[in-house]
Amino acid sequence: MATNVSAPASAQSSTFPTMVLIAGWLVPGAGHFMLRKWIRGTLISVSILAMFVLGLALKGKIYSPNTGDLLDVLNFAGDLGTGILYVLARLFDLGQAAVQVATADYGTKFIVVAGLLNIISAVDAHSLATGRKRS
Amino acid sequence: MTISHFGAVLLFALFTSVVFGITQRSDPRMMIRFGAFCFVLFVGGTIAASWVMWLIKH
Repeated sequence: MATNVSAPASAQSSTFPTMVLIAGWLVPGAGHFMLRKWIRGTLISVSILAMFVLGLALKGKIYSPNTGDLLDVLNFAGDLGTGILYVLARLFDLGQAAVQVATADYGTKFIVVAGLLNIISAVDAHSLATGRKRS
Repeated sequence: MTISHFGAVLLFALFTSVVFGITQRSDPRMMIRFGAFCFVLFVGGTIAASWVMWLIKH
């Protein structure tokens, strides 16, 4: 009787995939850099950084923690996805407290979507680290 | 900084498509194809929606 004693991939857990996930969230593209996916990491980093900076340049709003309107809470969650960029924006008081011009709404959405894309990228890096995604 | 509506659409579609392509496919060739597909859908969908809104108004 043949017995397969090889451990499943999930049993070989280490802290590395979690570190990749957290690094990818904190710094856009860092998760892919840790996995030596240089081109992917650079493309992700440039895309997310460009969206965030464009959002600020368009006078977009940076949401602060709130318990008000549901959409404000969701937008804050999206902003938080940018990781350290959000922290820097809050520290240096970047972004507008309230949308004042019509095109600033584009900027607000650019910042929120940058955060959401960063979360997708961090999860992708985590999937690569765990082997759930092939390459 | 000011930007036109269409310029905003193009930039949004470009950056979003790059990330979608990389994260949603495994093979580099498929990443490029899926990214291009997303870009066309974003821009084409916006143009189509714009015409629909124009037709509704007129």
